[in-house]
Amino acid sequence: MRQLKDSVLRGLLWLSVFLSVAVLVMIVGFIFIKGMNLISFEFIFGDYSPTGGGGIWPMIVTTIYTIVISLVIATPIGILAALYLQEYAKQGRLVKVIRFATESLTGIPSIIYGLFGAVFFVTTLKMGMSIIAASLTLTIIVLPVIIRTTEEALKTVPQSYREGSLALGTTKLQTLYKVILPSAMPGILSGIILSIGRIVGESAAIFLTAGTVAALPESLFSSARTLTVHSYLVTQESGDIELAAAVGIVLIVIILGINISATLISKKLNKATNK
Amino acid sequence: MNILTKVKMGLLMLSLLAVLSACSSNGDSQTQASDGDGSTIAISGSTSVGPLAEKLAAKYTEQDNSNIEINQIGSSAGITNAINGVSEIGMSSRDLKEEEQASGLQEVVIAYDGIVVVTHPSNKVKNLSLEQVKQIFTGEVTNWKELGGDDLEIVVVSREDGSGSRDAFQEIVEYSSGELVKSSIIASGNGNIKTTVANNKHAVGFISFEYIDETISTIDIDGVKATAENVLAQKYRLSRPFLFVYKEGELTEAGQKFIDFILSEDGQLIAAEAGAIPVK
Amino acid sequence: MSIQTNSVEIGKSNKRKYLLEKISSKLFLICALLSVISLLLIIGFVFYKGSHPFIVEGYSFIDFIFGTDWVPSEDKFGIFPMIVASILATIGALIIGVPVGLFTAIFLAEIASKRLAKIISPAIQLLAGIPSVLYGVFGLAIIVPFLQNTFGLVKGQSLLAVILVLAIMMLPTIVTVAETAIRAVPNTYREGSLALGVSQIGTIFKVVVPAAKSGIMTAIVLGLGRAIGETMAVILVAGNSLIVPTSLTDSVRPLTTNIALEMGYAAGTHQEMLFATGIVLFSFILILNFVLAKISAKGGN
Repeated sequence: MRQLKDSVLRGLLWLSVFLSVAVLVMIVGFIFIKGMNLISFEFIFGDYSPTGGGGIWPMIVTTIYTIVISLVIATPIGILAALYLQEYAKQGRLVKVIRFATESLTGIPSIIYGLFGAVFFVTTLKMGMSIIAASLTLTIIVLPVIIRTTEEALKTVPQSYREGSLALGTTKLQTLYKVILPSAMPGILSGIILSIGRIVGESAAIFLTAGTVAALPESLFSSARTLTVHSYLVTQESGDIELAAAVGIVLIVIILGINISATLISKKLNKATNK
Repeated sequence: MNILTKVKMGLLMLSLLAVLSACSSNGDSQTQASDGDGSTIAISGSTSVGPLAEKLAAKYTEQDNSNIEINQIGSSAGITNAINGVSEIGMSSRDLKEEEQASGLQEVVIAYDGIVVVTHPSNKVKNLSLEQVKQIFTGEVTNWKELGGDDLEIVVVSREDGSGSRDAFQEIVEYSSGELVKSSIIASGNGNIKTTVANNKHAVGFISFEYIDETISTIDIDGVKATAENVLAQKYRLSRPFLFVYKEGELTEAGQKFIDFILSEDGQLIAAEAGAIPVK
Repeated sequence: MSIQTNSVEIGKSNKRKYLLEKISSKLFLICALLSVISLLLIIGFVFYKGSHPFIVEGYSFIDFIFGTDWVPSEDKFGIFPMIVASILATIGALIIGVPVGLFTAIFLAEIASKRLAKIISPAIQLLAGIPSVLYGVFGLAIIVPFLQNTFGLVKGQSLLAVILVLAIMMLPTIVTVAETAIRAVPNTYREGSLALGVSQIGTIFKVVVPAAKSGIMTAIVLGLGRAIGETMAVILVAGNSLIVPTSLTDSVRPLTTNIALEMGYAAGTHQEMLFATGIVLFSFILILNFVLAKISAKGGN
């Protein structure tokens, strides 16, 4: 009887893992099979054409803009915030409040960020539907990611480093800058890379704040379309699954690249710091 | 070890920056090429007018050095944007409502469009009266059998509340949003309606003429085929204007020139090629 | 003389250093407070916009929550069908996603060889990184026609399609978090149990899983959060009908898709009502976060 139960459970375990892997293979396989025909140099680097057959370069540029701008703002703020929480703050009520806020931000669905961005950045601050409005919205979305990962990285820096440095007469600031930050760098970097992934994958929040203009952005105040939004719109507006899948391939390759470089960088840097 | 780490980090950051700046500067130079007198015409509105406007803009900017920014956000939002001055020109695929006209909007008909009722290619029903169309969309008729087709349940596919196509369709067929059968699928675009209907033998929906292709079957209304000629001859009743609207006195010279281009022979030819119905 | 100037200079530079320290610690504090400010801004704006119709324009909040008619052009705003749809879709996704995800996590942590786990785990993490839109495209192109043809449905866009897409989307979150939790269970637990003659499977389900309970709960709540907040994937497969679903085959409109679908078109009261929809969604998430905080507090003890 017990053996039967054991084998049933064991069977279920195998079944589950089979299902999970099958789903993965199906989704990635579907996207590649459907979209592969469209992938070409022209498709990736060509300008968008409303009559069809054009490329997705404007969307790639827009995606890069949103990544760079939101990271340029979110990274320093996130790192400094984490430094405060880990190195300066006394563990009191204030820290609790900040932690709670950070946690809550992580849990908010992106559509709510989109609503907020649409009313705050787009309308109240009069930025209009634009790259800058979308990037600022994304900044808030990735801020908790960077704070969290940086905090984790700071926790792993041995206390002896701090004590050693301070004992040599350096100030706290110098210790932070010269000793603590460099040793926490791999963790911080992986946080940044995670954020890039989040930005690349985001759609709902960008859809409501950057608009849908399918052209190379003129300035940061231009409305524009990122890759994910493009993939959504071609599915929705023209029903072109193949095109959506082709954009999907580009997205998956980017995500894969990000994941791999994250692993490589943290491995390399870990080696360097452990020497 | 610190120096090694730093050097590596530095190199990494540098290469990242180099790649990024290469990308963005590339983008800049491309936009600047098409940016002669630096004027930008901001247009927003109907997702049905949008594709046509994009094609017109693409042709227009080949000759003229202005920038045209087209945001497809729906008729109502486009009209609101034109009233608030967020966009210079709003695109609408339905007639203006009274309160919208009252806020001092000017309208230009840039083309006409037909709306066609579509079904799965296997559907035997090829002709309906407007009354029957209304009965389908309000849920009075729920099976194709009642209309001379196979014994299949009807699945209604409609656009979302606020869509210009839906407003225009409902006005002509004469039913209100509240009467629309509640279980209908709501799709947020012509393309989505088309794919839904193309993949479902129960389904019926309505799309703009521009989107007609062989994946779906079109329905005649009272025996009149859905063609541009029939719309112009005013025989086919499911049609509506494609409008550009702007606030009186706030149209820039560049905007006026773009509208002139659209109404010119060349512009109207592009409209016809895109599947819309020329004004003249 | 020279000694004196030196000490003065040191004093000066110390003062400067001290000032710098002070300024920088304040700057750090401000950065840390930014997340609090953002949260307050988000809550403030969404609630301000969303509560406007009820406070100023005299709409009834009860009618909003329990009303079954949503016809913005006729001034009818009832989101009951969407609340039901969101709850059912989330529960359905949990029923499928949790066992599959949990069992996969157990398999990877306890049964799979190191090599196998090293291949599968990162692959599943990749699944977490795929943009949600692509899940929607997959759902629309594969799951919807599959349901339609296999079960002879009149339409594939249905609650069931939403549940399947959400279950797939929550899988990677559940697997990754639960796997970490299970791996964190000390080996002595397993050895003790095995030494008592309990089988490997018995050990896993009677000893290891209970020991990793709080981590597993966290995984489930996180997966839940992902499901209830998902928008763009759902919009493509839900059908977005405005009915209170009574069966798995009814097409539905969850709260999130109502916002994304109509935000572009909305103005005035209609737009504010979409923010109000956001408030309801927000409340669900806040409750979830609260539960999550409770769980992790328990786990901490």
